[in-house]
Amino acid sequence: MSTTDSRTRDTLATYVLSLADDALVSAQRMGEWIASAPQLEEDVALGNIALDLLGQARSLLTYAGSLTEPVLTEDDLAYWRDEREFRNVHLVERANGDFGVAVVRLLVLSTYLRELYARLTVSTDETLAPIAAKAVKEVDYHRDHATMWVLRLGDGTEESRARMQAALDAEWPYVAELFDGGYVDLALVEGGAAVDPAQLRPAFDRRISDVLAEATLRVPDVRPAVTGGRHGVHTEQMGYLLAEMQHLARSHPGASW
Amino acid sequence: MVTPLRPPVTHPAESPAGRRTSDGSTSEAWGIAASVLDPEVPVLTIEDLGILRDVGVVPGGGVLVTITPTYSGCPAMESIRSDILAAFAEAGWRDVRVEFVLAPAWTTDWISDEGRRKLEEFGIAPPVRRGLDRLDHPGGSSGSVLLTLSLRCPQCGSPDTRELSRFGSTACKSLWVCNACREPFDHFKAI
Repeated sequence: MSTTDSRTRDTLATYVLSLADDALVSAQRMGEWIASAPQLEEDVALGNIALDLLGQARSLLTYAGSLTEPVLTEDDLAYWRDEREFRNVHLVERANGDFGVAVVRLLVLSTYLRELYARLTVSTDETLAPIAAKAVKEVDYHRDHATMWVLRLGDGTEESRARMQAALDAEWPYVAELFDGGYVDLALVEGGAAVDPAQLRPAFDRRISDVLAEATLRVPDVRPAVTGGRHGVHTEQMGYLLAEMQHLARSHPGASW
Repeated sequence: MVTPLRPPVTHPAESPAGRRTSDGSTSEAWGIAASVLDPEVPVLTIEDLGILRDVGVVPGGGVLVTITPTYSGCPAMESIRSDILAAFAEAGWRDVRVEFVLAPAWTTDWISDEGRRKLEEFGIAPPVRRGLDRLDHPGGSSGSVLLTLSLRCPQCGSPDTRELSRFGSTACKSLWVCNACREPFDHFKAI
């Protein structure tokens, strides 16, 4: 393999791993809602959404692992990397708050993922494109579900509206990190394999502001938080999340079930 | 785990002399794979469901079965794989491999008419046919919430039904209730 090929593989692996980790970590966080959501139906809904995200993560992790030298499995990547090796954004790792926070995060994440996957369906990378074609249908349904809740709670009672706005204000500083394309190699974008996330922002803003306007909520005017997830710098909560996610595999290496 | 875009073997290769004819062995192999039931909806075969994509007899006599998941996270895939292997083993076939593909992405439009009839008999309202993918329509799903037209109750046939929950007992279903007979029922979501 030439140096150029090897470099392309490395940058592609990093890119795919970033997508995979967003899906994996959000699935893990969302799974905590099972048996804690306000309604039984919502336990099932969030559990199902988490399962879709986990499925996307598995495909992406498997692909990322196939690009590394030596080849790694999805389990190697999910269970045996340490915190500094994870590439997900802070939005998906932050500890769960109230249900309003869960709804806001789901709206933000699914709106972003829908734009991202829709563009990746025409990626020149012939593994990413089919993964995206599958995922885009799923996240579209997630977005629809989140939208329904935002409308219901935002344009709801005084209490529900206030809590939705508070949730938006708390989560909004973490939105910018999704669209910071510093981690994506320019050559991958130019070659049509990857998407520069900055290009997704206008469509994201349009869709979000439509939903928020209909829900009588306002788009927060806040400064972005200091983040660094794409470079392995995470919040304190990430360590606890990984401890829970990884302890079984690490306590019983090689176990299967 | 997933090998997207590996081209499936679509034509049987020569089978070893003295064994079945290539055409015969392929259709027999298809029949074995097609008899495997979906573990979540055990009245449907994987053929009815449209997830059985290809069965090929490869040079040397091995069989390659290609299936595709309904949803990315479908937890039934491993169980379907082992059911396929068991079905072939029981029929005396060896050297069988099962591969997963993601492309083209499964759609509920691949559920056969027979499958739709079986679903309804089982008490699950079959998916509405999608035809054109709504993602192809610019702005088609922006802002507002998508609408699903009312479904016919699979128990009593009434069209007076409503959605209880957009997510149901498995990733592929939502939960509905009939206003006429008051019975809840599952709906196979159209994707």
